[in-house]
Amino acid sequence: MEIEVLKDILSANDQMAERNRALLDSKKVTVFNIMSSPGSGKTSLILETIRALKKQVRIGVIEGDIASTIDAQKVGEEKVPVVQINTGGECHLEASQVGRALESLPLDKIDLLLVENVGNLVCPGEFKLGEHKKVLILSVPEGDDKIHKYPLLFSMADAIVISKIDLLPYARFDIPGFLKAIKGMNRKAKIFQVSCTTHEGIEEWAKWVRSSIARQGQRSRNRSGPSETPDCPVRPGRGITPRYSSRAS
Amino acid sequence: MHELAVTQSMVNLVLEEARKGNARKVKKINLVLGELSGVVGDCVQFYFSLMSKDTIAEGAAVSFSTVPTQARCRQCAKVFEVKESDWICPECHSVSVELVAGNELFVESIEVE
Repeated sequence: MEIEVLKDILSANDQMAERNRALLDSKKVTVFNIMSSPGSGKTSLILETIRALKKQVRIGVIEGDIASTIDAQKVGEEKVPVVQINTGGECHLEASQVGRALESLPLDKIDLLLVENVGNLVCPGEFKLGEHKKVLILSVPEGDDKIHKYPLLFSMADAIVISKIDLLPYARFDIPGFLKAIKGMNRKAKIFQVSCTTHEGIEEWAKWVRSSIARQGQRSRNRSGPSETPDCPVRPGRGITPRYSSRAS
Repeated sequence: MHELAVTQSMVNLVLEEARKGNARKVKKINLVLGELSGVVGDCVQFYFSLMSKDTIAEGAAVSFSTVPTQARCRQCAKVFEVKESDWICPECHSVSVELVAGNELFVESIEVE
């Protein structure tokens, strides 16, 4: 006997992500899932964001790493609540891990939660955590070809931050070509060019962060139906298989 | 790269569906994998043989149907297969394209007895 299933393999994770999202919405916390390869500057951007906004915005951080508490210690020095998740080998964060971390955070006293995913341009794209925005960082030394090598994450991101732009004189990175490629693949993504060393571009980034929080707050107050930016309800490329899109729920 | 987590979720899903269908044994699992999902079939197969041990899915065959990456041109609406990471419309050479297939990762059906 054949049983038709038509269910996404990661539906258990997706449901957990929905639960996280509902909890965070009820607490009026805006959540960013920050993704990049190792060493692109996720922690540096988090630190810059905290320094730029901590007088106006109450920030909390979840640090995801395979091992160590190095990043959590760095963030903790900024006197913001931080929880370290060690995945113990897994190459990405999952919604259940974030759910447990949320229990240790004072959500009533947080406006913006920055979740630093494990450094990886592949796997984090598959696992929703309950975030409102997906932020992808690409550093100048990594090269402008990454958008073609890892199209999934680039096509999903709400914001793409080109980091380490102070290194542009020393690296071959075709900014106009890269911007054109992004606009082709992902029209909704906001693009920022920053350096956490010279602080160039941080003001513009911080402005967008603040406006995202304000928009999210507005939506939470007006909440009557489902959440405003559904967490990628149909992931790019999903749902095109006719049987799947019409039958799976 | 994340096949361990994917396979664990798949096994859980398959066992749940088999239980709902009052199955005694799962004989075959039909999976649909998009090229872009980055999931490697051989790895899923390997983990599956370990994770299904002592369950009603032990020994089940896993069949993979692969969906190629496809994009649609926003200028001329041409749907084309993306090869060699070439995200350019072959008709009008526009780079303004959207992903329409290739990210699938689901269990289509299971064969049970």
